[in-house]
Amino acid sequence: MLKILVSGDTPRSPILLALLIVILIGLACAPFLFPGVRSVDTAARICIFIVLVASYDLLLGYGGIVSFAHTMFFGLGAYGVALASTHMGRGFDSLLVGTIAGAGLAALLAFMIGLFSLRVRAIFFAMITLAVASAVAVLVSQLSSLTGGEDGLSFKIPRALGPAFKFTDGEILGVKANGKLLKYYLVFLSCFALFLFMLRVVNSPFGRVLQAIRENDFRAEAIGYRVVHYRVAATCLSAAIAALAGALYAVWLRYVGPDTTLSMEIMIDILLMIVIGGMGTMYGAVIGATLFVLAQNYLQNVLSLAGDNVSTWPLLPELLNADRWLLWLGVLFILSVYFFPTGIVGRLREK
Amino acid sequence: MSDTHSATPILKLEGVFTNIAQYHILQGVDLSVPRGEVTMLLGRNGVGKTTTLRTIIGHWRAHKGRVLFDGEDITKLPTPAIARAGLGFVPEDMGIFGDLTVEENMTLAAVSGPIDQARLQWMFTVFPALETFWKKDAGTLSGGQKQMLSIARAMIEERALYLIDEPTKGLAPAIITTMARAIKELKDQGASILLVEQNFAVAKALGDSASVMDDGRMSWSGQMRDLTQNADLQERLMGLSIEAH
Repeated sequence: MLKILVSGDTPRSPILLALLIVILIGLACAPFLFPGVRSVDTAARICIFIVLVASYDLLLGYGGIVSFAHTMFFGLGAYGVALASTHMGRGFDSLLVGTIAGAGLAALLAFMIGLFSLRVRAIFFAMITLAVASAVAVLVSQLSSLTGGEDGLSFKIPRALGPAFKFTDGEILGVKANGKLLKYYLVFLSCFALFLFMLRVVNSPFGRVLQAIRENDFRAEAIGYRVVHYRVAATCLSAAIAALAGALYAVWLRYVGPDTTLSMEIMIDILLMIVIGGMGTMYGAVIGATLFVLAQNYLQNVLSLAGDNVSTWPLLPELLNADRWLLWLGVLFILSVYFFPTGIVGRLREK
Repeated sequence: MSDTHSATPILKLEGVFTNIAQYHILQGVDLSVPRGEVTMLLGRNGVGKTTTLRTIIGHWRAHKGRVLFDGEDITKLPTPAIARAGLGFVPEDMGIFGDLTVEENMTLAAVSGPIDQARLQWMFTVFPALETFWKKDAGTLSGGQKQMLSIARAMIEERALYLIDEPTKGLAPAIITTMARAIKELKDQGASILLVEQNFAVAKALGDSASVMDDGRMSWSGQMRDLTQNADLQERLMGLSIEAH
């Protein structure tokens, strides 16, 4: 049953299996296990980034295609929901229209970029995505009448997903049974379904052809596969899923802005997450996104605690100052690349 | 009608010129591959044998001349269309997909649908190692096993013509014998084969006809036995390279 659920792609390592179970239980029960605004927000971000990073893994890890426009597709989904909710008013229909429009536009744009650049050489695709992503980010900042410019857009989501909505009296296991809880499970279940869908894709004949193309594109052509068609299809699919993740992110935050969805910093974060987790494994996205988002949110607190404990020591309190969390994040990244060159999942799967 | 059909070669190259960057590799290649035969493509290193095969399959584009497969001009067709028209290609570097299992490599090679089980069983009798390592990652196979997989992948679907580039290169004698037997069985099934081979003993055992290349052109074409029986001709066409075998 479980094997069918993961499309036959089992973790193939007991430690990895244990880690994945812990993460799944942690995310599935986050509102009950870790009640509190910040922890639930972190859990939702982890869910969304797992999908975003996994969709990038589909492109880079399985298709061997380097793109710098993944945050642009993420942003299209987020802005789709924000614009639809702003102009159509709050409601599930707005969310649906915005999500479909964002994902559709992302797929269309990916198709156009892919068709023009992947036909030549994959490296041109990387360069063109960088140019288009930068252009779109500038455009979104400039079109302030439509997109809110640098300030972004705050919008209203359906009441059923807000904290004021009570779907039952009282509490469930000590947690308020309100729309916020529903919203978390909307994000969690959508992300879970999207991740399983991507596992299905990479383990399908389509996914196998993609892997074959990544390894030896000429050989795949000589067998009879049209490499460009497969690469373009993978690009469109990856872009559409990134846009769906963006739509969920917008619903979760009730806000979109260039910094939260379109920035190059997020693109770099995605790359870091995929490298830490392990490329071409899908599960690497789960491990990478979880570790990275946790570090982003809690490393400062951990450092602060550590700093307090060594306050009488020489030099250490300075090094462990909470303000230096980015430095330690960098150190952690370097160490992870050094010790796990094939990513954590790659290392755990080594025999 | 059928006599005419069987008399026409399965593959014909007419005055093919191929450039790779600024290098003029093929300079007017004329080649004819008869149906149901093993045609050896011989010659010293660097004369253009691999480029000839890669031009046929469409990896390199002929900028002059024509490639006719079964009477159809395939010179400008994209590689996947050429492959699906009925050409199986085994490259010199084997080109296996190392991250995929043997099973996945074979499944991918069956482009027109599920693997024909009868043909797969035949494949297992020719290359028993593939059955043993069916679920293993192809990247973990030995060099000989990778070569077996590379040939088996081309053979898993029936093709009218197989282009095979140096299948015995760097292999142990026992595996060379297995390779030769596989090619012989393929020929016995009625397939046509264009085989690039440096091992003259293998070429002698398998070849029906032969074409010898020199400096991007065909320097000789004829029956293999005429070449094997004439040491002077071998010396003249292929120089010392043949002595090594």
